[in-house]
Amino acid sequence: MAEETEIEVPAWKRWFEDIGEQVAFFLRFIRNIFIGGFEWSEFVRLCYEIGYRSLMLVGITSFIMGVVLILQLRPTLVQFGAASMLPTTLSVSFVREIGPVIIAIICAGKIASSIGAELGSMNVTEQLDAMEVSGANAVQYLVVTRIAATTLMVPLLSVLGDLIGLVGGYLALNIRDSMSFSLYFTKVIAALNFTDFIPAFVKTIFFGFAIGFVGCYKGFHSTKGTESVGIAANSAVVTACLWIFVIDAVAVQITSVLFYK
Amino acid sequence: MEEEKVAPVTKPNPKSEKREVVIEIKHLKKSFGSKRVLRDINLELHKGENVVVLGRSGTGKSVTIQCIVGLLTPDEGTSLKVFGKEVTEMDDRELKELRMKVGFLFQSGALYDSMTVRENMEFPLTRVLKMDDQAEIDQRVEEVLESVGLADAADKMPSDLSGGMRKRAGLARTLIIRPEIMLYDEPTTGLDPITSREISELILQMQKKYKTSSIIITHDMECARITADRVVIMNEGEYMAEGSFEELHKSKDKIVKSYFTDIS
Repeated sequence: MAEETEIEVPAWKRWFEDIGEQVAFFLRFIRNIFIGGFEWSEFVRLCYEIGYRSLMLVGITSFIMGVVLILQLRPTLVQFGAASMLPTTLSVSFVREIGPVIIAIICAGKIASSIGAELGSMNVTEQLDAMEVSGANAVQYLVVTRIAATTLMVPLLSVLGDLIGLVGGYLALNIRDSMSFSLYFTKVIAALNFTDFIPAFVKTIFFGFAIGFVGCYKGFHSTKGTESVGIAANSAVVTACLWIFVIDAVAVQITSVLFYK
Repeated sequence: MEEEKVAPVTKPNPKSEKREVVIEIKHLKKSFGSKRVLRDINLELHKGENVVVLGRSGTGKSVTIQCIVGLLTPDEGTSLKVFGKEVTEMDDRELKELRMKVGFLFQSGALYDSMTVRENMEFPLTRVLKMDDQAEIDQRVEEVLESVGLADAADKMPSDLSGGMRKRAGLARTLIIRPEIMLYDEPTTGLDPITSREISELILQMQKKYKTSSIIITHDMECARITADRVVIMNEGEYMAEGSFEELHKSKDKIVKSYFTDIS
């Protein structure tokens, strides 16, 4: 090659370039939503892959979280003579915060990594380029469907995880104390307002979007090499988790200003 | 993996009369950061012609054909026309139309590995040509698989295919939308000599059947000998020599000669 010397690009410049590429990728995604030709069959397949196949993991984790929370909360509440507050405390903390965040992090680990690895591997093996040069819309087929599927399935998994977590809490409560199922759930539901459930549900929609978007972006922008597939998967999980905490912090701020004076 | 044999065919004779230029590249330059890969490439492809591009690894051969389909954007000062239209000035719609006329066979075949061979064939028909008549789709798939000798492999996954079969399937998927120009990126790399020869002969067969014009990037001199109407040699990102296989074979130039050292 005539001029082989490569100038090292400073880290700050690379960071800004990456931000620019993310914005461009986001705009490309938005534009593809409106040009039509949504891939319904691929979307349904992905909902099955992302939603149904994550059910077991989300279910088990939520159940254990419910059990652990009750076992951790009980000694403290008993000290204050407030053991009867256990269902109330669990439902508010689980539905408002712990359930959505923990389930989103689990989904980031499972879904964002698999999307990052799958698209990264397609990039390395030139399948993305092949799709592009054939005249097919790779963003419509691969990105729009995946982001739509995660945006729909993560909130549903989160609601289901909340329910399973509360059932886990009921079983844990009955290890040391005794409470009927109907009384437990009456207390759980009585403790919850729409202002607990709706903001928590809305933020899981953003969590789902972030998981899908980050997974697709990292996969599409992986460099060409086998190790880049691993890097894309790893980086998708780390970035998606980071986004989940950022979104959560913003959501909590907005919710407290709007609903809790 | 057992592969079906393709009957050898003879190379079509290059026509001497002036033919329509389908690709015209003038002063193609491309840099990646400060790394200059293409310095000054000039190339013309005529209708119905097979041009083989030879050059050392890293000399920018693949970059050249990626610029033709708009996968990479050339640097300023380049003129790159396909069917008389400047590729660098095309919008998304024009680029899509261009890509429907220009087929690209990747080195690996680039089959979609989550789909069967049949689904790979159907993908461009339903997504690019927007065909929805299943009978017509099936007929096209069967016809193209038959022509590359993979009629029995339609329901296999790409992972169940041998290297040669993958390239044939990749070629079939590219040809199914009936492009007017074919770009081959090292079509015989990684294959044994017998399969390489079969693929080279298949390229000729397909050119005859679908009346395509082709640019073939290769290191394989046997492939060049079988397929080339004209050979272009690139060296260090620049156009270096051009002629028929026989003309270049007889060249006195040291670099040109080095490509033909193993050829009797």
